[in-house]
Amino acid sequence: MTPETSRELICRLLVEIAPDADVDELDDERDLRREVDLDSLDFQTLVERVAQETSVQIPETDYPKVRSLRGMSDYVAAAATA
Amino acid sequence: MAEFRMPSLGADMTEGTLLEWLVHPGDVVHRGDIVAVVDTAKSAIDVEVFQDGTVMKLLVEPGATVPVGEPLALLADGDSPGSRPPVTEPAPSPEPPPSPEPPPAGRTAAAPHGTSHDAAHIPASPFARRRATELGIDLTQVAGHGGVISVADVERAALARNGEGPASTDAVPAAPEPVVPALPADKPRSSHAAAMREAIAALMARSKREIPHYYLTLDIDLEVPLGWLADRNAGRPVAERVLPAALLLAAVARALHDFPDMNGSFADGAYHPSPNVNLGVAIALRGGGLIAPGIPDADQLDLDTLMARMKDLVARARGGRLRASEMSDSTITVTSLGEQGAESVLGVIYPPQVALVGFGRIVERPVAVDGMLAVRPVVTATLAADHRVSDGHRGGLFLTRIAELLSDPETLMGGSHDARDQS
Amino acid sequence: MSTTTGTRTLSYREAVREAMRDAMRADGRVFLMGEDVGRYGGGFGVSLGLLEEFGEERIRDTPLSESGFVGAGIGAALGGMRPIVEIMTVNFSLLALDQILNSAATLLHMSGGQFNVPVVIRMTTGGGRQLAAQHSHSLEAYYAHIPGLRVLAPATVADAYGMLAPALADPDPVVIFEHGSLYNAKGELAEPPNAVDLDSAAVRRAGSDVTLVTYGGCLDLCLDAANLLESQGVSVEVIDLRTLRPLDDETVMTSVSRTHRAVVVDEGWRSVGLSAEVAARIAEDCFYDLDAPVGRVATIEVPIPYPRHLEQAALPSADRVVSAVRKAVGIDG
Repeated sequence: MTPETSRELICRLLVEIAPDADVDELDDERDLRREVDLDSLDFQTLVERVAQETSVQIPETDYPKVRSLRGMSDYVAAAATA
Repeated sequence: MAEFRMPSLGADMTEGTLLEWLVHPGDVVHRGDIVAVVDTAKSAIDVEVFQDGTVMKLLVEPGATVPVGEPLALLADGDSPGSRPPVTEPAPSPEPPPSPEPPPAGRTAAAPHGTSHDAAHIPASPFARRRATELGIDLTQVAGHGGVISVADVERAALARNGEGPASTDAVPAAPEPVVPALPADKPRSSHAAAMREAIAALMARSKREIPHYYLTLDIDLEVPLGWLADRNAGRPVAERVLPAALLLAAVARALHDFPDMNGSFADGAYHPSPNVNLGVAIALRGGGLIAPGIPDADQLDLDTLMARMKDLVARARGGRLRASEMSDSTITVTSLGEQGAESVLGVIYPPQVALVGFGRIVERPVAVDGMLAVRPVVTATLAADHRVSDGHRGGLFLTRIAELLSDPETLMGGSHDARDQS
Repeated sequence: MSTTTGTRTLSYREAVREAMRDAMRADGRVFLMGEDVGRYGGGFGVSLGLLEEFGEERIRDTPLSESGFVGAGIGAALGGMRPIVEIMTVNFSLLALDQILNSAATLLHMSGGQFNVPVVIRMTTGGGRQLAAQHSHSLEAYYAHIPGLRVLAPATVADAYGMLAPALADPDPVVIFEHGSLYNAKGELAEPPNAVDLDSAAVRRAGSDVTLVTYGGCLDLCLDAANLLESQGVSVEVIDLRTLRPLDDETVMTSVSRTHRAVVVDEGWRSVGLSAEVAARIAEDCFYDLDAPVGRVATIEVPIPYPRHLEQAALPSADRVVSAVRKAVGIDG
């Protein structure tokens, strides 16, 4: 999976969780929780949906790597291809 | 013959609007069945019936607003003779949104995106269908006007669900002056959000007026419970991971065993402690507004079940519908501001409850441990309590008990008897 | 005529006259032919004064035979001239329909691209002046149906002036419809006049709740309806099509995809007309953006009545447009 495809998927999932999210205006580098106002449950739901869509499981210890849109896209792209 | 009445779905509710009937005369119902959907100022709520029986007559039409306590339907008791309605009795139309005439000639054809068979036969404009898909609204649950569902109806349904207005940007770059789309004057786009805000205002004002609040705070070192939780979650798929928020709820629920003066209701000038712990969870709605449904018997649940209930409650509060019983039975409420909130919250008690436990953001703080400086994850726990029922000393002990339970997280895993054995 | 920049006010009739005058001064190949255009000054007074300025060779009164003189004009165009053929009204043009369709519109194709027919045909159209059943037609749809023709409907003074020059420059036949009720209407013309294109529709009024699509003589009543609706809380966008063939889909769809509701207003009869074409295109291109069926306000399906009150009841009116918009917006259920 390419980072672009992965990013698209994550944006789609974000809109599912936060319908008011403006995905076109997202800063790829900022913490998603701030960008889109996600609480811990929302973030976990996002991780869950990613697992459902890509079979990529993100362990809690890796959460720091996937806090930003870019971080998560790259992580998922790499893990999905591996 | 029994009457099914408009329930009170919150301490501040005086009237509700019946949105739709989910039963017809002649249907047999059992205790706990959801029979109607009622719109309160804050949300659309599924209402259960609390007895077995047969629906005899629906007394109120969808769309009507009636005071709390007004009879909505007549039920024949489950075991009384002659409980089936006579076949010839003319029943009032139980259908949701009354359509005075057949849908207009422009009735849309089958839904374009492969939705359910039922949804395909609901007359909804193409834009309404598209918007419903975008917003995750089930068209079969939307009340239309004149037999057709328009986008305004879908957006109203979304408002009712979220307590706020959906994003109104339309992406097409238009002519010279981009104009913000607006609905005609007599379509209340933002009235639901405004109504929710009013309801919260009334409740909070009443609380502050009637309840003499006192406040206590306690910083709790969470290194042990968070480490324990991380280990526990490490081997688990994400769907089974437990969040710190659930751990905090579990601690509060179990701590209440020894503090009945924090768990109950104050009514008619007297305090009534509750034998059950029905834990209210304050949930922030996207874009504004607050709702606090409850988890019944939270102290009896094991940690995984509590996490699942919390997840389900938040999802339904934000994206679906809550049940009547969840709205009116809480004996205490916990409010947690989440990762982006302030470090502590000094809240307002939800009447008729007598306490509110708050948790701020978990922050890394320097603490003294065994005479040395360490950095630990710390949460500031707060208690707002009713001074008519308890004093600061009791409140302080309650907070300390919560901290104690958290420091030994194994006790929060199973059912309630584990916690009792500890004390 | 003022020589400083700015705008001046003149009537639609004057604008058309000045356009023809300026065109004839600029290009010797341009001439005007039609019934009563010379000595009489035109059936509607549009060419008053032109015979005096340009003489009989360039302002030619024709016999009362549409088929004959339209054919002659087509011949002149084939021969290298730039004729403006004035057919007194669209009602009489039916007698020349064979010339227009089978010669003017089709010769380019049938000659394998060898013969262009650069004729401009001007016709007065529309009703509302108690000219009764045979003299009140709006048959723009007949011409907008024909490949090979460009069909224009100037609704403003600026377009009445501005559209003629590019129409004359077009190597292929152009039909221009002038609504009879517009001739006395006054409007602003920039000084010097701005160039206009022949391809785009114009948003005459911006709005957000519903798009009104119209052309020619119905533009003013749509603007009136829009003002009335504004006071009722409905924000209406009004699009003047300007060109009926080819239709500017992009402007219309951009608007409807933003407002989600459309009503087409057309003085032709409802069945099988321009409003049907526009509505079909909106359904094709904006289906998933529509929150209501596309509405149409058109002339009631009767021969146009003579008595004033019946004629007014048959033709589109601001009231009927207001009702249709309210229905689209869902106010009246």
